[in-house]
Amino acid sequence: MISLRGVTKRFPSVLANDRIDLDLRAGEIHGLLGENGAGKSTLLKVLFGFYRADAGEFLLHGQPVSIKTPRDARRAGIGMVFQDLSLIPAFTVAENIALFLPGLKAVLDPSEIERRIAETSARYGLEVEPGALVSQLSIGTQQKVEILKLLLSEARLLILDEATRVLAPHEVTALFEVLDNLRSDNYAIVLITHKLREVLECADRITVLRNGRVAGSLLRTEATDEKLVEMMFEKALPTPNLAGRRPPLRSGAPVLELCHVSTRAEGAGTSLHDIELSIHAGEIVGIAGVSGNGQKELCDAVLGMERCVEGVKLLSGRDLTNEPVHTMRSNGVAFVPENPLTMASVPFMTVLENMALTRTAHYARRAGFAVNWQAVEADMNSTAQRLGFPVMFRAISKSLSGGNLQRMVIVRELTHDPQLILASYLTRGLDVQSAIAARQALIQARDRGAGILLVSEDLEELFSLSDRLLVLYAGQVVGEFRPAETDPLTIGHLMTGSEAKHVHRQ
Amino acid sequence: MTLLSLLGVLSSAIFSGISLLYTTLGEVIHERSGIVNLGLEGVLLVSASSGFAVTVVTANPFLGVLVAMIAGALMNMILGYLVIRREANQLASGLALMFFGFGVSALIGRPYVGAKINALPRLPLPGLGNLPKLYSSLFSFDILIYLAIPCAVLVWWLLFRTRWGLGLRAVGENADTAYASGRDPRLIRFQALFLGGLLAGLGAAHLSIAYTMNWSEYMTAGRGFIAVALVIFSRWHPLRAIVGALLFSGAVAFQLLLQSSGVQISPFLLDTIPYILTILVLIAWGGNRKQSAPASLGRIYHGTE
Amino acid sequence: MSTASSAASRPILPARLRDAVGRNLLMVLLAVLSFGVILLLSGKDPIQSYADILRSTLGSAYGLSEVVVAMIPMLITALAVALPARIGLINVGGEGQLYIGAAFATWAALTLGYLSPWILLPLMMLLGMVGGALWAFIPGYLKAIGLVNETITTLLLNSVAPKVVGFLIFGYWHSAMDTVKTTNFVPAARLPAFFGTRIHLGMVLALVLLTAFWFVMKYTRWGLEMRAIGGNPQAARRNGIPLSRYLLSIMCIGGAIAGLAGMSQVSGFYGVLILNFSMGLGFMGFLISWLAGGDPLGIVLMSAVVAIITTGGNLLQLTRDLPYAVINILLAFTLFVVLARPRFFEGKKA
Repeated sequence: MISLRGVTKRFPSVLANDRIDLDLRAGEIHGLLGENGAGKSTLLKVLFGFYRADAGEFLLHGQPVSIKTPRDARRAGIGMVFQDLSLIPAFTVAENIALFLPGLKAVLDPSEIERRIAETSARYGLEVEPGALVSQLSIGTQQKVEILKLLLSEARLLILDEATRVLAPHEVTALFEVLDNLRSDNYAIVLITHKLREVLECADRITVLRNGRVAGSLLRTEATDEKLVEMMFEKALPTPNLAGRRPPLRSGAPVLELCHVSTRAEGAGTSLHDIELSIHAGEIVGIAGVSGNGQKELCDAVLGMERCVEGVKLLSGRDLTNEPVHTMRSNGVAFVPENPLTMASVPFMTVLENMALTRTAHYARRAGFAVNWQAVEADMNSTAQRLGFPVMFRAISKSLSGGNLQRMVIVRELTHDPQLILASYLTRGLDVQSAIAARQALIQARDRGAGILLVSEDLEELFSLSDRLLVLYAGQVVGEFRPAETDPLTIGHLMTGSEAKHVHRQ
Repeated sequence: MTLLSLLGVLSSAIFSGISLLYTTLGEVIHERSGIVNLGLEGVLLVSASSGFAVTVVTANPFLGVLVAMIAGALMNMILGYLVIRREANQLASGLALMFFGFGVSALIGRPYVGAKINALPRLPLPGLGNLPKLYSSLFSFDILIYLAIPCAVLVWWLLFRTRWGLGLRAVGENADTAYASGRDPRLIRFQALFLGGLLAGLGAAHLSIAYTMNWSEYMTAGRGFIAVALVIFSRWHPLRAIVGALLFSGAVAFQLLLQSSGVQISPFLLDTIPYILTILVLIAWGGNRKQSAPASLGRIYHGTE
Repeated sequence: MSTASSAASRPILPARLRDAVGRNLLMVLLAVLSFGVILLLSGKDPIQSYADILRSTLGSAYGLSEVVVAMIPMLITALAVALPARIGLINVGGEGQLYIGAAFATWAALTLGYLSPWILLPLMMLLGMVGGALWAFIPGYLKAIGLVNETITTLLLNSVAPKVVGFLIFGYWHSAMDTVKTTNFVPAARLPAFFGTRIHLGMVLALVLLTAFWFVMKYTRWGLEMRAIGGNPQAARRNGIPLSRYLLSIMCIGGAIAGLAGMSQVSGFYGVLILNFSMGLGFMGFLISWLAGGDPLGIVLMSAVVAIITTGGNLLQLTRDLPYAVINILLAFTLFVVLARPRFFEGKKA
């Protein structure tokens, strides 16, 4: 029904989609698999008109069609349900749907609208209460409303982006039943996901993307766990440990201990369940997992940005559960996030000023009336020299490239000899040189005795840097390994949830 | 406290509250689309003065009402231009409009201060014809008063029972979603401001042409801000605004009653009741975590690429 | 962010100041032209009128001093808005905070008038700040516990404050002859004036405060943290800066400053508490701060411009037979021009 030919989409730092061909047929559920960064979301946002393709064309029923905005896409009958649903919370279900109904009468007829909703929802098993306020509905129900909205606005192709991430198991089953009904009515459905099990359960055809290219396309009948994981993850063996073989110093008490830690997520976030984690001095613990499975919540919980509703957090033996951020920081916790501009620095302030932000109390003089900028500069300079990063103190943060700004953040965080460093997607979006520099900085810190929590979606990076590797899936730790004793495929299985049993090895 | 004086309070409350109601209805409409007009005071003044001036010159109160409505709509268009086209800060633009209104209304109204006009004719409430003149004169209302509640119902119907109203409320909640549904948020906001301006003008006209039958500088005495408070108090709902308008204006009338029966409560303190009530109401819902304000109220719509 | 003209070989003033002055002057020019049209339409001679304004304000020492006197409350109320704005708070409540501060100070003036001015005046200043801070605490607290948006509550309290003051005057403090104002303050309760003009100590207060603001924001630890909060609240939180602590305290400090403006007006300018003495001073402060982008120097400049307009307006009323209120139009045009951000300006931060 809809075909993509040679679609290419480039972003400033990465080629997200590289000449992709894709066929979406009516009456078929097409599963689109891939790791984060593989390009699946981008591709379908291009199809939906959210992004504009740099090259390639779209064919609707064999005829070329131009899709530049979401309205073009909707006219072509394409509908998309995003991860963060786009319903209006203050409206009722009926009002939300009515907003998108073509042929809505100028004077609203509530009974007619309800009738149309009831008709479609009965047909496909999407039970909703038209008069309910969306803000009071569960996410699963909200999703149903979104789908109804698309159906009633006459979409024929439905794209669901990571639809099951926020659903409970029984809701997932219900969703698949709905999709089944839709398929029998000749709708075309695209399911974007990283979960193998789902795709094997309900998709008819599966396409795997890797690094922006189509890695393979199979019918479900031909697909197995093994084949899919092989296509999703590169089979190459990890490069040898950059840091040289060194057994971690597991001496004494761990720097960080999380015992039975759970958090409660808001909205579209992921809750952590019963996390057991420990990091020792001089050890790099890698966290593998597809983004959105709790990594952000884990870092935030350790830093003190998020409350632990259960469990205990110990820093070098001291109980600092639910202490505020500045307490954690003054006890030696450092944080390097993935987006230095939005998450770690104030864009219009200079680098020097940003450097002082994490330790304002420390650098304050005369009861806060002055700031000892020389000390800031001196401290940062000594770290910078150690790391080999040139520092531009007077530059405005906004004007630095991503890589340079990340270097500055690293310099800041590594000063004052932190005992625990949280590195979250440290090298995401960085150019090759900056990425290498960042990793080396991390190794240096580890050699100086810091414990490091490294969250990454780059398996090569994880394998080459970690002393221990954990896999996070749906807010739980599902596996723990030494890199030498495992391979990307096993990790891949766990990341995609295809092996439910705990694989635990010390 | 006789029946007569009670009825007198009611009558007075109705007279002074009607202009408040119209103004509030207008403000509800465009706040539902996401635009707050802090310059309402200025809009009211310009409408009142221009309507009054036209009434004096043409001796036709109906023409005066019409002109007042148009003046209100035009003032709101200025706000619309600044806030929608130029994407300026809503609060600052509203305040600037307020100052503008102070000045323009003074200019327009100066030659007519203290002039006498043919006010809007008053008709007694039907069914009261037999009562003594005293009572029926209390309840002789002009046509704008009779139309007020139907108008409120009309606004309710417009917002909640029409396609246009649905789109307008959607713009006020989430302009991007409204855009995705094929609507033009900017156009809708202009329409809302226009309609709101007409109603505000109507309220101002009632004040100068039907109620006080007078014009003086700053005569609206804070009604613009009271209306903004009333919008919040009635949770952006036109029908609740009716009750609120009576309540708010009743406070003023009530104080006269208290004075006449010897109870001494400072009129100043009584005047604060509307605002304190509104704050209390706000605190009460805040605990419910149920935000009744349109989600995009006050936000600038930048459009999508 | 600025379009520096490359032709200048060596600028007399630093680039930033040059841009600010140039931008502001251009705005004023546009507004002046538009107002001139209005004057024409109402049958007055615009050139004569402007000449009058300029002559009466800048042409004589007395005129200048009157402009300065008018500037005093504007400087302080603008600061009361600029400080919370640095951390992203919108304080439109200056009007109300001003009244309550004035009321608190008046209480001291009326009941403790026997004290020496060296004690009384600082006491009045303190009380003025306490009053303003109190009036800002309510909206600040409600925001901090997440109940209500501070813009709405400050607006509502603005309308309550003058009535409370009216109640106090009417009920307790009114003078024998007049029910709308109190008795005149004793000399000990009045901020002294300079050199026979009406410029009073409030000017010193204003300048001290503005300088302190500039210094704190630029050099101190708190200024650094506040700028971080205003620039990127999420990052500030991640870096350990305590957001909620600042929210409430800065809101109260802003209120205290506005309260001080009220004290300065009743003690320095009027010498008596009059019903409804503030004709939009709080709002004026909001607009000046907004126009100046929260920058101390800009605040001084914009206050001067606005003061010239309002002072000149007095004269227009006398000589040109125009109602004083008309001067508001000129004011409004200045604002409109800035708000509409015509193409040849760089964008100002909203």
